[in-house]
Amino acid sequence: MSGERLSEDQAAPGSPADGTAEPGPSPAGGSGRGGRTGGTRSGRRTLTEGQRSERRLALLLCAPAALVMIAVTGWPIIYSVWLSLQRYDLRFPADQEFVGLANYVEVLTSSYWWTSFGVTLLITVVSVAIELVLGMALALIMHRTIVGRGLVRTSALVPYGIVTVVAAFSWRYAWTPDTGYLANLFAPGSAPLTDQASALAIITLAEVWKTTPFMALLLMAGLALVPDDLLKAASMDGAGPWQRFIKVMVPVMKPAILVALLFRTLDAFRIFDNIYVLTSGAQDTSSVSILANTNLIQALNLGIGSTMSVLIFLSVALIAFVFVKLFGTAAPGSDTEGRR
Amino acid sequence: MAAFGGTDTRARKLRWSLLNTLVVVYALVPVLWIMSLSFKTPATLNDGNFIPREWTLENYRSILSTTEFLRALLNSIGIALIATAIAVVLGTMAAYAIARLQFPGKRLLVGVSLLIAMFPQISLVSPLFEIERTLGLFDTWPGLILPYITFSLPLAIYTLSAFFREIPWELEKAAKMDGATPGQAFLKVIAPLAAPGVFTTAILVFIFCWNDFLFALTLTSTERSRTVPVALSFFTGDSQFQDPTGSISAAAVVITVPIIVAVLFFQRRIVAGLTSGAVKG
Repeated sequence: MSGERLSEDQAAPGSPADGTAEPGPSPAGGSGRGGRTGGTRSGRRTLTEGQRSERRLALLLCAPAALVMIAVTGWPIIYSVWLSLQRYDLRFPADQEFVGLANYVEVLTSSYWWTSFGVTLLITVVSVAIELVLGMALALIMHRTIVGRGLVRTSALVPYGIVTVVAAFSWRYAWTPDTGYLANLFAPGSAPLTDQASALAIITLAEVWKTTPFMALLLMAGLALVPDDLLKAASMDGAGPWQRFIKVMVPVMKPAILVALLFRTLDAFRIFDNIYVLTSGAQDTSSVSILANTNLIQALNLGIGSTMSVLIFLSVALIAFVFVKLFGTAAPGSDTEGRR
Repeated sequence: MAAFGGTDTRARKLRWSLLNTLVVVYALVPVLWIMSLSFKTPATLNDGNFIPREWTLENYRSILSTTEFLRALLNSIGIALIATAIAVVLGTMAAYAIARLQFPGKRLLVGVSLLIAMFPQISLVSPLFEIERTLGLFDTWPGLILPYITFSLPLAIYTLSAFFREIPWELEKAAKMDGATPGQAFLKVIAPLAAPGVFTTAILVFIFCWNDFLFALTLTSTERSRTVPVALSFFTGDSQFQDPTGSISAAAVVITVPIIVAVLFFQRRIVAGLTSGAVKG
């Protein structure tokens, strides 16, 4: 339901892409010629001069962006698959050799990989769940507050804008014994960052702090879709605040919620900066990104590192696929008509 | 009755004020903490007090006198500005076509940029590391600018095409009637109208580039192109007996201030850009 509809929604309002759209000029205008001839285009393949120049312009305008994106991601990901099939250690470059799937066997039977994978999944699930609840609360506050809306929105944007590494250092010092106010307050006499469970909790906290505002902003866009009349009507029918939230707001916001969840899940899965600064992956707190980086940059083992890169890429693709298929997450852009 | 209503709104206002205070505290405490650390003297650095007992500017003086930090700051500013400029220009062109023109392959372009927005960046590190070493781009400004452009283009395209759909396009039609080509209509009529959206996008893209750590860590190896977040994580202090906490905190504050100022001034635009780009675009 998402991919198919994307181009129609992206289309200019005045130019129906197929016969089912409302004919006639739309009030928004649109490129006049495209709109009038759009319906007959599929019947007759001839293009008017205007359409042809429109296409030429469009391709010219899109080409640079498309070329850069493909050159920097498309070709390297193929190259990465090729590297993952090699024995290629930069410390022993002479030993480079095609080894088939041997790297995959090595990674997939390694306990390091599965520990990191489990840690990554745990952080992803827990942090996204907390963010959804906190983000919804923050979105409601930002949307409905009657005093100091500007102040609230501005401060909520601070975690979004701040450099992740900076925030991570702030958390690290806060939880360092003696130096930090939080360590002294909650765990006097111990070092929370040197124990797996408490370190993971702090990593999750740092992640939640930094990204809740982003989640809240996405949810706020969904909140704006909830008609006030509907809420008033529900309230007149005797629905309490909680019922109004569950029965009226959440159903209307569902597409926004799913998009926010999808974005944040994929983003949380690639967690790197926070862990790098907080624990460097010590005490079994590595995420898959940290592990891949360790193999690539510190051990200079391009074969194994690339194998992990490919596996991470496949995991992300799988998560996205599951979201789209299972929950019917609409891709961003496909819910535009709900808005107008 | 009126009096009753009055106390009711006062109670509501109080409740909202409490909630708002909670949000402000949540958002600002970690920032204030790192600021506090940056003003502490070496003797009081480890006292765990939230507010410094003795204030000093020594940490700032020391990082601003090292080339290590100044060079990284220059790299960060230069790389982020250039990447932002290029990404916004390319994104504006593509978003205009997506929002306004009919052409084959539009769906593909939107799909590809969506894919890239969700791409795990670590997957690009090994091939880019190898390719950039071969091409001589490793540890150079262009070597970082290229991936930054790539990963900010989806953000730029979504945000901009959402803004572009709000523009009154009758003006473009009028310009065309007056004999302007589509290209002229774009440059002379639409571009000025689109400026606020473009500006918002530029802020978002700049924040993205400014924030990056993974590429800067893996695609650089010397001061030549290392950006501040990475330089920060490598700070060791002047001697092995000196704790780098103060320097790191001061450097952290220096790179945080511009972002906070931008957020203060452009809060409304940033909120509009993020919400329209992510859900509507």
